[in-house]
Amino acid sequence: MEISGTATLITGASRGLGAALALELGRLGARLVLASRNRAALEPVLRRVCATGAEAHALEADLGSKDDIYSLAGAATALIGPIDLLIHNASELGPTPLRLLLDTECEDLERVLAVNLLGPFRLTRVIAGSMALRERGTIIHLSSDASVNAYSHWGAYSVSKAALDHLSRLWAAELAERGVRSFSVDPGEMDTQMHAAALPDADPKTLSRPEDVAARIADLIRSSATLNGERIALHSSGAKS
Amino acid sequence: MRPASAPRSRADEERLLVIDPLADRFGDYRISELPEFLLRGDALVLNDAATLPASLRAGPEHELRLMSELDDGTWLALSLGSGDHRMPTEARGAPPVLAVGAELSFGHGLTARVRAVDPGSPRLLYIEFRQRGGELWQALYRAASPIQYAYLRAPLELWDVQNAYAARPWAVELPSAGKPLRFETLFRIVARGVRLVAVTHAAGLSSTGDAGLDARLPVAERYELGEESAARLRAAQAQGGRIVAVGTSVTRALEAASVSGTLRAGVRRTDLLLGAGSVLRTCAGLLTGLHEPGTSHFALLEAYASRALLERSLRHARRRGYLQHEFGDSCLILGGSLDVTNASDATDATDATNATNATNARLLSSEWRQAG
Repeated sequence: MEISGTATLITGASRGLGAALALELGRLGARLVLASRNRAALEPVLRRVCATGAEAHALEADLGSKDDIYSLAGAATALIGPIDLLIHNASELGPTPLRLLLDTECEDLERVLAVNLLGPFRLTRVIAGSMALRERGTIIHLSSDASVNAYSHWGAYSVSKAALDHLSRLWAAELAERGVRSFSVDPGEMDTQMHAAALPDADPKTLSRPEDVAARIADLIRSSATLNGERIALHSSGAKS
Repeated sequence: MRPASAPRSRADEERLLVIDPLADRFGDYRISELPEFLLRGDALVLNDAATLPASLRAGPEHELRLMSELDDGTWLALSLGSGDHRMPTEARGAPPVLAVGAELSFGHGLTARVRAVDPGSPRLLYIEFRQRGGELWQALYRAASPIQYAYLRAPLELWDVQNAYAARPWAVELPSAGKPLRFETLFRIVARGVRLVAVTHAAGLSSTGDAGLDARLPVAERYELGEESAARLRAAQAQGGRIVAVGTSVTRALEAASVSGTLRAGVRRTDLLLGAGSVLRTCAGLLTGLHEPGTSHFALLEAYASRALLERSLRHARRRGYLQHEFGDSCLILGGSLDVTNASDATDATDATNATNATNARLLSSEWRQAG
């Protein structure tokens, strides 16, 4: 899909890959709404994106909250019109240091599923009806190699990402005929705050830069007419074990 | 007719009264049977406006209802005094008298200034929000709630008043004709070779509680017919397909967009009123709720069917327990829907013949399926 002029909503846009995607897509002419749990943290990203001449707006929303999701969808479409590109980037690791399943509280699993699975489902549900009516739209789910590999201690996050991958395939199966595409991207291990929280001892030199990953995702979006239901890994192997 | 007292969750319980002006008949169906009344080449036009939370509290005894956003970003708003949605709007107290320049504060950081007061009524204000862009919309969604209705059991949440395919929040009240349409039904409609087409119409307030002001409704409402949608409609027309509007708001938008004789794409405003004697240039049929005689919605139905047939079908609907208002049952007015010899017209029917008619309706529907 053509990125220039495309109404785009990115969740988890205040840092890491979300912020890098905002800058990259803004540079390519997308019209952006950036969402995050913390509006103050979005401000510096918003300023950098707008400084490139892109149209961008910031909205605060907790994807674990039904109220917030409906408000986010309403406010975002009021600002940039019907959403054509929806990027589910926000993620919750659960308590860190990461825990064994036997030490994981059910409530912690619930919270991770609320943000990483129910939130994206609900937000897509609110937005993709209009995509299906207009026969245009792309939905991207940010995944992880923890969705296919069973790494010790990554339980809650792993389960949520495995389910998210499958949710992505199911959206693709149900909406393909209406011109709406859905796929998931496993960006590999990146030098981000989230990665540092999960694996504090990792050597940053072995990790990808979010800016490079964002550029590769932009390439995927441009060629997304041929993508539907895929899980695309942007790396060869993981090092979480 | 009784109102539906809550949003409904089961499509199979939602009814569809089909009125055929050509056959001068009507029949009882379910909303899930709607696809069977549409033919290859037809277009079903949906208002994709989401519903804005349009009710703001400016004080313990002061509610403001947003009516319409004007081109310069000013909002036309209705000012209501003491009381709440549980009482008829007519019984609400007088709103505080506000002068031009008065500041309003709605909580969550949302503030506005009164730019003008309508010379005809102190209830009608033109306000300008102090916030802009993301800050405005964030605060508005936090501070406001959906407009509430006295006949509902529980307060409406934002998600209760959205249609399944809604996008931009242009409507201040739910464009309710689309509420019973689930994607299961819409995809079956597409599978029959029917085009789905979106228009966006900023459906306004249904009533102000002030007879003088109600006489001035609707205020000019914004609508957009995009190039793509206009092209799909022209393609349907070229193929001899019928254009079926979902809602009175879609009828008004499409007829306003075609006053010149051909459909024109673009963003415009319309205060077009339609009724008996109006010539419909674009719309061949209408899916809507059950509207009682005497309302402006009923008057619009008279552009599609004779008053006599409408009154006869509504008497029947009342007797058969159809539900009205936002979450009520549906009514399809479409010429050629019902077979003249088999239609389940229940004109002045007794309860005994009603049972027969329900059977006929099912039979008719299966015959129709075979024919279609």
